[in-house]
Amino acid sequence: MSDVQKEYSSIREVSGPIIIVDGVEGVGYSEVVEVTLPDGTKRRGQVLEVDRDVAVIQVFEGTSGTTTEGTSVRFTGHTLKLPVSEDMLGRVFNGMGEPIDDGPDIIPDKEMDINGLPINPSAREYPREFIQTGLSAIDGMNTLVRGQKLPIFSGSGLPHNEIAAQITRQTKVLTGEEFGIVFVAMGITYGEANFFTENFRKSGALEKVVMFLNLADDPAIERIITPRVALTAAEYLAFEKDMHLLVILTDMTNYCEALREISAAREEVPGRRGYPGYMYTDLASIYERAGRIEDREGSITQMPILTMPDDDMNHPIPDLSGYITEGQIIVSRELNRKNIYPPIDVSPSLSRLMKDGIGEGLTREDHDGLQNQLFGAYAKGKEMRDLVAVVGEDALSDLDKQYLHFAEEFESNFIRQKRDEDRSIEETLDLGWKMLGMLPEEELKRIDQKYIEKYYPKEQSE
Amino acid sequence: MSIYEGDGVIEGKIVKISGPVVVAEGMKGAKMYEVVKVGDTQLIGEIIGLEEDLATMQVYEETAGLKIGEKVIATGRPLSVKLGPGLIKNIYDGVQRPLRVMKDEQGSFILRGVSVKELPEKSWEFVPRVKAGAAVEPGMVLGTVKESEVVEHRILVPPNVSGELKDIVSKGTYDIEDDIATVKTADGDVGLKMYHAWPVREPRPYVKKHPSTIPLITGQRVLDTFFPIAKGGTAGIPGGFGTGKTVTQHQLAKWADAEIVVYVGCGERGNEMTQVLKEFPELLDPRTGKPITERTVLIANTSNMPVAAREASIYTGVTIAEYFRDMGYNVALMADSTSRWAEALREISGRLEEMPGEAGFPAYLASKLSGFYERSGRVDTLANDTGSLSIIGAVSPPGGDFSEPVTQNTLRVVKVFWALDKKLKDQRHFPSINWLTSYSLYLDEIEDWWKDNVSEKWKMRRDEAMSILQEENELQEIVQLIGPDALPERQRVTLLCAQMIREDFLQQNAFHDVDSFCSENKQVAMLKSILDFYDTALKLIDAGVSVAEIREMPTVQKIGRLKYVSEKELESYIKGLTDEMYDEYDRLARSYAG
Repeated sequence: MSDVQKEYSSIREVSGPIIIVDGVEGVGYSEVVEVTLPDGTKRRGQVLEVDRDVAVIQVFEGTSGTTTEGTSVRFTGHTLKLPVSEDMLGRVFNGMGEPIDDGPDIIPDKEMDINGLPINPSAREYPREFIQTGLSAIDGMNTLVRGQKLPIFSGSGLPHNEIAAQITRQTKVLTGEEFGIVFVAMGITYGEANFFTENFRKSGALEKVVMFLNLADDPAIERIITPRVALTAAEYLAFEKDMHLLVILTDMTNYCEALREISAAREEVPGRRGYPGYMYTDLASIYERAGRIEDREGSITQMPILTMPDDDMNHPIPDLSGYITEGQIIVSRELNRKNIYPPIDVSPSLSRLMKDGIGEGLTREDHDGLQNQLFGAYAKGKEMRDLVAVVGEDALSDLDKQYLHFAEEFESNFIRQKRDEDRSIEETLDLGWKMLGMLPEEELKRIDQKYIEKYYPKEQSE
Repeated sequence: MSIYEGDGVIEGKIVKISGPVVVAEGMKGAKMYEVVKVGDTQLIGEIIGLEEDLATMQVYEETAGLKIGEKVIATGRPLSVKLGPGLIKNIYDGVQRPLRVMKDEQGSFILRGVSVKELPEKSWEFVPRVKAGAAVEPGMVLGTVKESEVVEHRILVPPNVSGELKDIVSKGTYDIEDDIATVKTADGDVGLKMYHAWPVREPRPYVKKHPSTIPLITGQRVLDTFFPIAKGGTAGIPGGFGTGKTVTQHQLAKWADAEIVVYVGCGERGNEMTQVLKEFPELLDPRTGKPITERTVLIANTSNMPVAAREASIYTGVTIAEYFRDMGYNVALMADSTSRWAEALREISGRLEEMPGEAGFPAYLASKLSGFYERSGRVDTLANDTGSLSIIGAVSPPGGDFSEPVTQNTLRVVKVFWALDKKLKDQRHFPSINWLTSYSLYLDEIEDWWKDNVSEKWKMRRDEAMSILQEENELQEIVQLIGPDALPERQRVTLLCAQMIREDFLQQNAFHDVDSFCSENKQVAMLKSILDFYDTALKLIDAGVSVAEIREMPTVQKIGRLKYVSEKELESYIKGLTDEMYDEYDRLARSYAG
C-alpha cells in the first residue's frame, strides 16, 4: 500500500453516528479518519468495520451536516493516539484529548495508542497499600487500596458527586506519597463539571489534576473514547512518570448509553435491554486498566461513578460493572432521606481487596475484627428496626434495644460526617470502638480477645 | 516424516475486518480450524468458516491497524497445544503463550504478533521405561521426567502414533527439542521428542469411561458432605457478582485431592490471577506437604485480553488436563467463568452475523457447553492406567438470574449444582451455597467409598442434617408470621440445631488457617457432634428442660468452636466435648426428674 493518504468522497450512506464509504483501498481496522463537511468543518471518526472496498465509520462529533455528496473522508493510516506529557497536569481537555483551557499547546513527550495494551497478568502486583479517603464508611468498612477499581453505585439525585469530590480532596496514602487525579467527565452537565473544577481549585489541587470533559451537550459518541484517552494519560503518568493516580470516571451510565447508540446504529443483535452483547468486554477494557505493575512505582486507582437507572442494581450497567470491578460503594436513598451524609450503605457495599490491605503495618491490627463486628452489629440492629416496625419496641429485650440503639448511633456518628471532615484511620477505628462500647463486651464474638482488652472502652459511653 | 512441522503454503489476502473476525480470499485448500498468521504483524488466528475461496477467521490478538489487502498464511495445522514437561507451574494465555516469558521478553504489557515457545527451552532428566524393539501403542508411556516436586511427568507416545520402537535414548539429560525415540510406523520412521502437539478442539482418546464412584475431596464441608462431586465428575457453580464464585474456585484449586489442577481464568479480573500467583506458592498441599503450585497449571485470559483467545482458553485448559489424565492422574479443571467464554462465543457469532438464539447467544451454545463438559470422566487410559478429569465451571448469570441460557444449559449437562445465593452472601454466610436449591447426583454412587474409607454413617447423617434444614425452612415461614415463641419446644430445638448446622458446619472461613481446609474425618466428627447434641437436646425437652436452658449449655459454644480446632487436637477436643455434653445431660435431666 502506498503511504499517500487518499481522500474519498464516495459516501454511500449516513445513519445516526455512522457513515459508510465506498470504493476505499487499503483501509485499516480502527484507523482514524478525518471527515470534511461541505462547509469545511472537520470531524474525526474511526473505522468500525471494513469489507473489501466498503468502510463503516463512526464519527465522534456526530454526523449532523454530513451529506452524501460534498463530504469527503480522509484515512490517516493510524489508530487513535494521544500526545502525552507531564505538562498535562493541571490542564483541561475535551473528550478527544484536545486542550480546551487557554493554556499553551502540549509539547508531547510521546504519542500513545488510546486503547492501551492489556497488562500481562503475571506482571501485575497485587494491590495492598491502604488509601485513606478520610471517610469512615469507606476506610473503616470498605477499604480502598492503591490499584483497585472501586465504583460508586448511585442513583439520580444522590450526592455521589459530593462524595467523589470529598474523596479527591482528602485522599492520601499513609506513606505520604501524593496522589494525582485524572477526572473524566462523560455526559455530565456543565454545572456538575464546574462543581468539580471549583472543588479542585478551592483545595488547591488543580495543578495535580488532569481533566477530560465531555459534557452533556458534547457529542455522545465522543464518550466512547473519552475514558480511553484519559486512561492513556493516566497510564503514562503512572507507569512512566511514577505517579499515583486516582481516576474518577463519571458517569459510566452515559458511556454505556453511547455504546448502545453505536450498537443500534450498526444494527447489531442487542443483548439485555438493548445494550450490546460485548458490553462486558468493552467495560473490562476500561476498568482493567487500573492496577499496579511489578517494578513500576506508580499506580492507577479507579473510582467510576454510575447512576443506576431506577436504583436497580440488576440493571446491565451496574451488573456488568460489578462483575469486573473489585467491589462497589453503594449510595443509599434511604440514608440520604434520613439526611445522613455520606449516605453510604455499608452492608451491600464491598471492597474485595480490603482483607489484604488492612491490619498491622497497613492500617491497624484490630481493623479486621472491628469491621467484622461492626458489620454484624449493624446488621443485627437493622433487623431489630424491622422487628420494631412489626411488634413495637416494647417487645424487645434489653439487648435487642441496645442493638437498635447501636444502629442509630452507628449511622449518625460513624457513617455521618461533615463535608470537610477528614478522619484519619485511627480516628475512624477509635470511633468504631466507641460505637461498640454501646454493646456488652460478651457480644463481641468476632474480635480477638486481646484486641477487646486493648481497645474496648472501659467506661460505657452512655 | 515429522509430526512436529506443518506444511503451510496457502496464502491469501484480507478482504474484511470486523473486530476479531477477519475474512481472507484466495484461501482455497485451507482447512477448518487451521491456524493462520494474519497480516504483516503475523497475528495468530484460526479458521472458523470456509466458503469457496473465502476463509473466515477469528484472531486471537487485537486487530486494530490491520489493513485490507495484507496477507494471511495458513499454517496447515489445527489450533494445538504443546504437551510435555514444563506445563506445571506455568501460566499461559488462552492460546498457550507463556505469560512469564512474554513479560521477560517484552515487558509488562502484552504486545501483538508475538511468537514464543510454549514449553520452556530447557533440559530434563529422562528415564526410559521401555526398550528398543518394543511394540509402540498410542498413548504408551515411553519414560518419565521429574517435572516438579510432586509431579512425575510421564512421556507419552502421541495418540496417533504406533509401530515398533526402533531406538530410545538411555537415561540422561535431554533438551526438550531432542529426539528421544524413533518409531517405525507404517508410514516410515517417526522421531519423538519429550512433547507432542494435540489439537485443542479434539478430545484426546481413551479406552473406556467408568462410572464416577470416588469423591473428589475438596476439604469444603458444604461440598464434600452435602453436595459432593466425584472424581471425573462435573459441577456448575452459578452466582451473581460478589457471591463468592472465585473464592470457591480458588478453594477447590487449593484443597481438592487431585494430583493435577488446571485453573482457567477465563475473561475475569487480572488481579485475581495475580492473587493466585502470589498466594498459591505459599500454600502447602495437606496431602503432599509441598506448595500447591507444584501441581498447578494456570491459564489466564483476563477480561481485557482478546476475546477470541478467551474462547480458546477453555479448550487449551481442558486439553492440557486430558493429557495429564492420560498419564493416569486425577486431574481437576476449574473454569472461571464459563459465562465469559459463552459471551466470547456470542460476540464472534454476532460478528459472523449468525442467527441469534436466546439472549443473543448462538444456537449451538448448548452443544458447545455439553461438548466441553463431556470431556470429563474417569477413564481407562490408552496406557492401561486409570485417570480422571473433573470439571468445575463457574457461571456468572446476569443479574444473578439463573433462568438465563448459560446457567440453564450448564445445568442440563453437569451433575452437581452449587447454587450461590445473594441472600446468604448479604448475611455473610460463606460459602454462600444454598442448601435447599443445590444438588449432587453423585450421592448414591460415592456412598460406598465413604462407607469403606471414612464412616459407615456418612450418608445417613448427611440426610438427617438435610431434613433438619428442610424442616427449618418450613418452620421459618411460621416464625415470620407469629414469632418463634409460638412454636412448641421440640420445634424450637430443631431451629437451634438447624442454626448450628448452618453456622457451625456449613459456614467455613476460607481465610482462616485451620478452617480453610477440613478433612473427611473432621467433617464426619463435626456433623456427628451436632446430631448427637440434637438427640440429647430432644431427650432433654422430653424430660422437661426448656430450650433456653439447652441453648445455655457449654456444648453449644464448644461445637461452635470446633471448626477452628486443628486435626491434631481434634480427637481430644471431641472427647472432651462429648463427655461434657453427657455430664450436662445428666445434670439437667436429674434436676428435672428430682
